[in-house]
Amino acid sequence: MLEIEIDGRKLEVPDGSTVMDATNQAGVYVPHFCYHKKLSIAANCRMCLVHVDKAPKPLPACATPVTNGMKVFTHSEQAINAQKGVMEFLLINHPLDCPICDQGGECQLQDLAMGYGGSGSRYEEPKRVVNNKNLGPLISTDMTRCIHCTRCVRFGEEIAGIMELGMIGRGEHAEIIAFVGKTVDSELSGNVIDLCPVGALTSKPFRYSARTWELTRHSSVSPHCGLGSNLTVQVKQNRVMRVLPRENDAINECWLSDKDRFAYEGLNASDRLVKPMIRENGAWREVDWQVALEFAANGIRKVRDQHGAVHVAALATPHQTVEELYLLQKLAHGLGSSNVDFRTRQSDFSADSNVVPWLGMAIADIAQLDRVLVVGSTLRKDHPLIAHRIRQAAKRHLQVNLIHVTDDDLAMRITNKAIVAPSQMARQLAQLVAAVAHAKGAPLPAGLAGTEAGDAAKRMADSLLSGKNCALFVGNFAQHHPSATQLHALVQTLADLLGAKFGFLGEAANSVGGYLAGAAAGGMNALQMMREPRQAYLLLGAEPELDCYDPQQAMSAMKQAEFVVALSPYQHQALDYAHVMLPVAPFTETSGTFVSTEGKAQSFRGLVQPLAETRPAWKVLRVLGNLLQVDGFDYDSSEAVLKDALSGSDPTSRLNNRLTQGVIGKIEAQGSGDIERIAEVPIYQTDAIVRRAPSLHKTRDGAVPVAGMNGEMYERLGLRDGDQVKVNGSSLLSAVLDEKLPAGCIRIPAGHPLTAKLAGMFDTVTIVRVAAQHKVAV
Amino acid sequence: MGLPVAPFAGDMYGPDAVIMKGITGANWRLQDYLSRGGYSALKKILSEKIPPEQVVAELKKSALRGRGGAGFPTGLKWSFMPRQYPGAKYLVCNSDEGEPGTFKDRDIMRYNPHILIEGMAIGAYAMGIPVGYNYIHGEIWDVFERMEEALAEARAASFIGKKILGSEFNFELHNHHGWGAYICGEETALLESLEGKKGQPRFKPPFPASFGLYGKPTTINNTETFAAVPWIINNGGDAFLALGKPNNGGTKIFSVSGDVARPGNYEVKLGTPFAKLLEMAGGMRDGKKLKAVIPGGSSMPVLPADIMMATDMDYDSIAKAGSMLGSGAVIVMDETRCMVKSLLRLSYFYYEESCGQCTPCREGTGWLYRMVDRIEHGKGKPEDLDLLNSVADNIQGRTICALGDAAAMPVRAFIKHYRDEFQHHIDHKQCVVPTYI
Repeated sequence: MLEIEIDGRKLEVPDGSTVMDATNQAGVYVPHFCYHKKLSIAANCRMCLVHVDKAPKPLPACATPVTNGMKVFTHSEQAINAQKGVMEFLLINHPLDCPICDQGGECQLQDLAMGYGGSGSRYEEPKRVVNNKNLGPLISTDMTRCIHCTRCVRFGEEIAGIMELGMIGRGEHAEIIAFVGKTVDSELSGNVIDLCPVGALTSKPFRYSARTWELTRHSSVSPHCGLGSNLTVQVKQNRVMRVLPRENDAINECWLSDKDRFAYEGLNASDRLVKPMIRENGAWREVDWQVALEFAANGIRKVRDQHGAVHVAALATPHQTVEELYLLQKLAHGLGSSNVDFRTRQSDFSADSNVVPWLGMAIADIAQLDRVLVVGSTLRKDHPLIAHRIRQAAKRHLQVNLIHVTDDDLAMRITNKAIVAPSQMARQLAQLVAAVAHAKGAPLPAGLAGTEAGDAAKRMADSLLSGKNCALFVGNFAQHHPSATQLHALVQTLADLLGAKFGFLGEAANSVGGYLAGAAAGGMNALQMMREPRQAYLLLGAEPELDCYDPQQAMSAMKQAEFVVALSPYQHQALDYAHVMLPVAPFTETSGTFVSTEGKAQSFRGLVQPLAETRPAWKVLRVLGNLLQVDGFDYDSSEAVLKDALSGSDPTSRLNNRLTQGVIGKIEAQGSGDIERIAEVPIYQTDAIVRRAPSLHKTRDGAVPVAGMNGEMYERLGLRDGDQVKVNGSSLLSAVLDEKLPAGCIRIPAGHPLTAKLAGMFDTVTIVRVAAQHKVAV
Repeated sequence: MGLPVAPFAGDMYGPDAVIMKGITGANWRLQDYLSRGGYSALKKILSEKIPPEQVVAELKKSALRGRGGAGFPTGLKWSFMPRQYPGAKYLVCNSDEGEPGTFKDRDIMRYNPHILIEGMAIGAYAMGIPVGYNYIHGEIWDVFERMEEALAEARAASFIGKKILGSEFNFELHNHHGWGAYICGEETALLESLEGKKGQPRFKPPFPASFGLYGKPTTINNTETFAAVPWIINNGGDAFLALGKPNNGGTKIFSVSGDVARPGNYEVKLGTPFAKLLEMAGGMRDGKKLKAVIPGGSSMPVLPADIMMATDMDYDSIAKAGSMLGSGAVIVMDETRCMVKSLLRLSYFYYEESCGQCTPCREGTGWLYRMVDRIEHGKGKPEDLDLLNSVADNIQGRTICALGDAAAMPVRAFIKHYRDEFQHHIDHKQCVVPTYI
């Protein structure tokens, strides 16, 4: 510990602290722009100059290490003069356009200028003008306002892992730009808007739509990926205008992924369902809630009475709240059916029923790991902020090993990787198990006899064996895999051999909560209820045409059903097959709870009035339960539902990744030779809200799907760039050369209307070249 | 632009020259250097197995101070290098000579390159450093090529490389050229540039001695500093000190430019009166009157003739006179020089060369330049002079590196000593210097 005196107050700070750390600890504010606690120190704005006793000149608090006995004065004449001098310099070339600047009212420069700026300017020379840059659909620029703090540059380099912004030019000509002709495409790019202390980088979707003082602020939780990012949702006139991060160091720190930040646009989408609707004689008609609910209850009752309860199925998405999922399964059970599921994209459900897959550790503990194996995940796009945590650890001591089907740039240091076809993932993992078992002198687990480890597996084994704190993570792709349980068993076996933690990267906000709410009810699972079509479906937030493992199969199941009830915030394709559509609230319009991938239950409240006649889904389900005369549907608050759903217990006690038997089974030796499809869900197609966020769809990650394949496949099919291919005789896609793919595979994303006509995500495909169509001038 | 035609007279650098003694411009090759007794210091150290500590001690005795501008005691700097540090460490020679008025390192490298190589090898030996870089200013390409040739000669003769002269001492040296940015002469910006990044100074601490090139302990010295080392080893630290004055050991090469009859480099003992240096440079051109001198490179405060004529050329005397010895660039101005125009030229230089990283320098240098430009062009206002001083005050001592100080100091000194000339420009919208002279 070091002793330091700040403005006459003595305190002790840890060794290695800077003066800024000490003033923060003392609760003394030192003005600053370039300093940010999560970024490296630049010391370039010079705003934090303070007076240090015995130093010949003022020193920057952010970059000056504390020495024992140091005396610092933050408000002495020398300090104030220095700070005012810097403020004057910052302002001479900064436009005085606060009234028309989107940052006005939440601008650090504006705030500090009130304290340290002069009332008039001594600068009478011409001011600098800097051309604006096109950084893409999310970030708007006013580069003349830039004060060159380089926070955005350091963010890209240090946090996002790709340097997409830099400062070129010297002196007064220095300016922040992206690479020539390039935009900022990182999935974390929106954070530079928060970081920018002035109005140089602002939010393009939010721009000019509200002033900060017109907005009310509400705490909420992200409904998208499994991280459970904490949000501050800002509202004006009952409309969500903007989403910002709410700091939580254990979860999202002070960051948000672009998905969490900009998906709110989907809340205000034009296809919101605003009134209950029923379809009679093929025609849709808007009706009162009472009529719609009775219509729905009667329809379900009729199917149950005619075909039996086993013909009633309920399908939700893992983006629904614990309360909703709990009531959905309770309703189904009350009707006598246990056909309830929320794992819409899963295809292998053979894991034990007591498995509640979760991360297996706290998110914040990722920083302490020294070895990681990731199986089947494009980390950056599936879990942007978990990827960030792994990236930071990988800069220090963490070795990242990856078994996956694509070699996309993860913007982090990967120590070893094995890029294999989907059918070969189990084999690759088995080789790794064999290599580790061999090194440990342990017998080969049953089913792996004769498995020989290849070089990649051996290198990975060496890496994993050399660590002290190792974790194995199963990603979204592996969870969707038709051999998901086999992969699970292999990972479990490997974890046991290594003495490592293992867990699942939760695909959605409530991937864990769905299990806890009993929404994997043990009857027909999400795949079965489509494969063996039912007569009545209750859809809660689900859009089977996009959410299901096999959208074609799901659509034919829907179309043949006698009665389909769709509870959704949106008018989606259910218009073609549903019989009643009930407008239910998205997460901002209802109270609810998500259980994140680390098993943390986070509740939130509704923060705007439900749109038009929309109602919270838990209330709708409650009334449906009453109308269907199911017992135990007399809740009067979502808290009461939550209490029942989690049985009042700590959810963490029920989390369980372990397969009781852990039988690996037979490993497929080789693929069939057919063309394998690599179907990941694009980052902005994962759920109903983000699908409707227009700005995100203008980014590179939101681009129209194409059929990617490597050169060998290109040659095999005789393709050239710009050619179109017909997949499975139905979907027409542009072919793109993509050398990041294994042989014999074609990458065609799932979850997109253009690819919804294809069969199951992991089914093999047929591809035919369609002759390039040349445009002819007429 | 080729090299000037050699040979010159062997004493063109002055009778007291040590580093440049006997240099004719044509005798730069290894064999010439050897025939002048070159590499004897390195041979002596290696054959007599002189302990590195003793080499450093000798340098401390010599009172050799950094010749790049800051004047930091070299022996002390060398003793900062953690000798037992287990990882990589580096020796860097700052040959990025870009200060207006300074052209001494260029002459060392093109006419006596081996003295630099020998000096660096001795430094590497004293600090236990296996790898060195010589960062050469980007605008003197032919000098870079000559250094490359000389280095090849030295390597072939086992003065550089593995097991130097059959000893256990290894030292690999590389020449590296910049692209002409003045800021890369700042040592930490030089390191950034050497690493392949944009040349921008780092904030200190940490200092290069602990966190230098690629984050490893690094010692950086000026070309002339290294070039003085062999003589010190051969003749002893005391002898070097005796050449100059206490605390100002040795000789120093002054680059005399401006309104003198024979501009050029002159190596004189520290403590030599300015008047004598001026005489060596042939006195004032065309017999004009001396008006002002910038004694240490463009970033140092200007001094009026009377002060200068009473000053000796050494670190302490010039500091006492109110300026700094700096890099030893002596810019001589005669009575025809307009002080406003002179400052304008300097202000423009710093405005253009500011790296733009930190606020006071990025914004302030432009402000200074524009104000001086207005005054020069008859648009000055009465309050401008105080404002200039105030802006300079707000820059000086508030920036990451010394470029801010370098931009501010000339402004303050020019106004201090020649305020009436500036006032005349403002009041009369024209120069005090008559147009006819």
